[in-house]
Amino acid sequence: MFQIRIHGRGGQGVVTAAELLSIAAFAEGRHAQAFPSFGSERTGAPVVAFCRLDDRPIRLREPVLEPDAVIVQDATLLRPTQPGSGGSEVLSGLKPAGFLLVNTSVDLAELGLAEVVARLPSGHAAAVPATLLARTHVGRPVPNAVLLGAFAALTGLLSIDSVAAAIVERFRGPVGEGNVAAARAAYDHVMGLRSHAPAA
Amino acid sequence: MRQQLEGSQAVARTVARCRPEVVCAYPISPQTHIVEGLSELVASGALTPCEFVNVESEFAAMSVAIGASAAGARAYTATASQGLLFMAEALWNASGLGLPITMTVANRAIGAPINIWNDHSDAMSLRDCGWIQLYARDNQEAADLHILGFRLAEQLSIPVMVCMDGFVLTHAFEEVDVAEQGLVDAYLPPFRPRQVLDPAAPVTIGAMVGPEAFTEVRYLAHENHLRALEAIPRLAEEFAAVFGRACAGLISPYRSADAELVVVALGSVLGTVAEVIDDLRDNGVRVGALGITTFRPFPAAAVRDALRDGQRVVALERAFSPGGGGIVTQDLRAALSDRDCPISTVVAGLGGRAVTRPSLRRMLVEATAGSLQPLAFLDLDRELLGRVSGGRVSGGAA
Amino acid sequence: MTAQRVKFYQTGSFAVGNRLLEPDQRSVQADAGRTDAITCGHRACQGCGEALGARYVLDAAMRVTGGNLVTVNATGCLEVFSTPYPESAWQVAWLHSLFGNAPAVAAGVAAALAVKGRTDVRVIGQAGDGGTVDIGFGCLSGLFERNDDVLFVCYDNQGYMNTGVQRSAATPPAARTTTTPVVDANPGNRFGQGKFAPFIAMAHEIPYVATATVADLRDLEAKVQRAMGLHGARYLHVLVPCPLGWGTAASQTIRIARLATESGLFPVFEAEHGRVTGVSPIRRQAPVEEYLRQQNRYRHLFDPVRRDDLIARIQARADRTIRRFGLIEKKEP
Repeated sequence: MFQIRIHGRGGQGVVTAAELLSIAAFAEGRHAQAFPSFGSERTGAPVVAFCRLDDRPIRLREPVLEPDAVIVQDATLLRPTQPGSGGSEVLSGLKPAGFLLVNTSVDLAELGLAEVVARLPSGHAAAVPATLLARTHVGRPVPNAVLLGAFAALTGLLSIDSVAAAIVERFRGPVGEGNVAAARAAYDHVMGLRSHAPAA
Repeated sequence: MRQQLEGSQAVARTVARCRPEVVCAYPISPQTHIVEGLSELVASGALTPCEFVNVESEFAAMSVAIGASAAGARAYTATASQGLLFMAEALWNASGLGLPITMTVANRAIGAPINIWNDHSDAMSLRDCGWIQLYARDNQEAADLHILGFRLAEQLSIPVMVCMDGFVLTHAFEEVDVAEQGLVDAYLPPFRPRQVLDPAAPVTIGAMVGPEAFTEVRYLAHENHLRALEAIPRLAEEFAAVFGRACAGLISPYRSADAELVVVALGSVLGTVAEVIDDLRDNGVRVGALGITTFRPFPAAAVRDALRDGQRVVALERAFSPGGGGIVTQDLRAALSDRDCPISTVVAGLGGRAVTRPSLRRMLVEATAGSLQPLAFLDLDRELLGRVSGGRVSGGAA
Repeated sequence: MTAQRVKFYQTGSFAVGNRLLEPDQRSVQADAGRTDAITCGHRACQGCGEALGARYVLDAAMRVTGGNLVTVNATGCLEVFSTPYPESAWQVAWLHSLFGNAPAVAAGVAAALAVKGRTDVRVIGQAGDGGTVDIGFGCLSGLFERNDDVLFVCYDNQGYMNTGVQRSAATPPAARTTTTPVVDANPGNRFGQGKFAPFIAMAHEIPYVATATVADLRDLEAKVQRAMGLHGARYLHVLVPCPLGWGTAASQTIRIARLATESGLFPVFEAEHGRVTGVSPIRRQAPVEEYLRQQNRYRHLFDPVRRDDLIARIQARADRTIRRFGLIEKKEP
């Protein structure tokens, strides 16, 4: 089983991202389960959503406590929630061989994640300017679908075409097309990072 | 067709294929997506003929359903939590009048303190209102139990509640085979009411009954309820024949035959329980589970047959009775009164508290060792208790 | 006013006598072939205004609809005295569910009939004032705002008579009930409280709102006829004196109801889409004292000490209602 936890803020489509992941995986013949952190969160509040992918039916109903991948849609969530707490809960439980995907225009080290990245296998962490890509291709700063393209590239779990199909199933017309373009750009961005990454 | 979709949408689409003629809607989390889905299906013409009535309260929702059902229409509504309690009076009335309304309950805690998250306090508090209660373990079962529920309700003239865990199931995207229209039509015949408000043959429905006959009326209701225990397995069998997949009936045992300890539970927590059981079995711990799908009427004979002397039983409860204890436990004790099966109650997952594998595993290991208290609360935060109560707190924790 | 009010002053009686009229002008009750929707053998008290009102309303509705009628009844006197199991006084399709939900149940019946294409079958919901203006008011407002195709009839006897005469929001000021006792300087029900449901019905701008009393039964029939000729939510508020709760003689029900209108305390009118379209003018204005004196629930206004202050306040209410509805036609100078 591969478990994904997505962190973002209300209005960023966090729950939708998890749902789209599950649809893309289902389309590829996998079993998938997506669910939100069940809050009554308003716009701007921290939101968490979960997705599980497996080759057999998924029975587990607990929240994802030890994710294989963490997607961070809003880098401000990485700041420690309390001074001196040493870090936010966004990365809690991330498996040693897990993946980390952050929506940011700066380097992960600049976000104070150098240590975290160093602990993960090479090529398992990526910074993607998803909001910028969304602005360019969609015209709105909604990073959720964009990051799924990056996720496909980073993990190799899903094809970018499945992700694109899931996006257009949810968003019709120009919004869907723009999101697909942005997701493909993010996919290419991560593939570019990987080709430049030092050999593990 | 198998689809990856939200539980609420799976239920909405399945309910639509059951051709309800009157749907009453009032919003309450976490049920709202279901009636939203149905409103779209009615507005788009996908569900026709159907009157979609936006009402002013859950009390009105059930009341509109009562009127519609008494006038011969197949009636449906959905609710949760406070909404279910707000319609409590009308629930008793619907069952008393023998109106086969089918309703989804997206199980949620009851306030105060206000809490929108999942547990079973809502449906459990309406345990005795004369409705059949079916509990779904996943979204496939939630969808399928509605088809079976409509058929069962109309066959026995008893209303049916299909309970599905709020958020955990209603908001979960997973694959569901939404039943094809042709198959639903083959399984669920048109509604033929036992008595109906018809000007051509006027009847008085809802007369006053005094002490001379009230006991008899209630006795007959009980007898009719017990008929459901025979009807449900047959309907589940027929369901499997028509739809090509099993539908839960009264109970669903999981690796319980040779188990030393059996966890009895209702609803979606059974999925996580099954994972823990597999894990413990791999480590040589003989545990199993018994899912209760039909909670009212309580399938006492089936439960008795599924368990044997010497097995320890843990009732994993998503609600409890303050000052009393486990609610399902009471029924288990009655069913197993002549069995040598020690029963412990573990209250878990109240108000959306996640029921996790590590906690369940720890609790079950304790239970197999016989060191579990008779009434324990899973993951009880002692430190928080101290802060909340400002004093000493008694009671077991697991 | 759309209804032609027919009275026979020459006999000194206001009773419905109409042998001199054309057959189509005669009252429904004069027709031997009437439904007797609520038939003999029920257990209402002698002189019950509600039983009388319900019979006239439903028989008139049965005639208009050609017998295609379904009735939904709230809990209350009308329900209790008509259906002691295994008997029923109802000759119409009739459903009782709860105290507070009759409007919603009626809406459900209407929805079922609509979905089945039975537009020929019409629905009447009925309740006392408690079931209408208090516990059923949320459901009633819902029925109104959705404009469901239901005529809802309130039989207003100004209190919870079924449970032993307690105050409702329709209980008038100064009236004694078991929960507004006569104990202090302001005996009985308080002034400045209560609601007049027809106004609130009108605020929903539904097609038809009317009031009536059992003192003018031909008018009541005509209003039912008018209401059943329309579709959508309609509301009929009928004043029905209760000998038990009001402390009046069983023989005086009609006379008391007439004094309620002629004193100006209970306005009889019709409204369409929120606007008053007609009123029944007061023919011979009666001082409120004449109305109050005949009822034990107001006895404390006269005995042991006459309370002119309170009588004056009630008279002021009546005068205001008369002005508001123009109940007294101004004489040409």
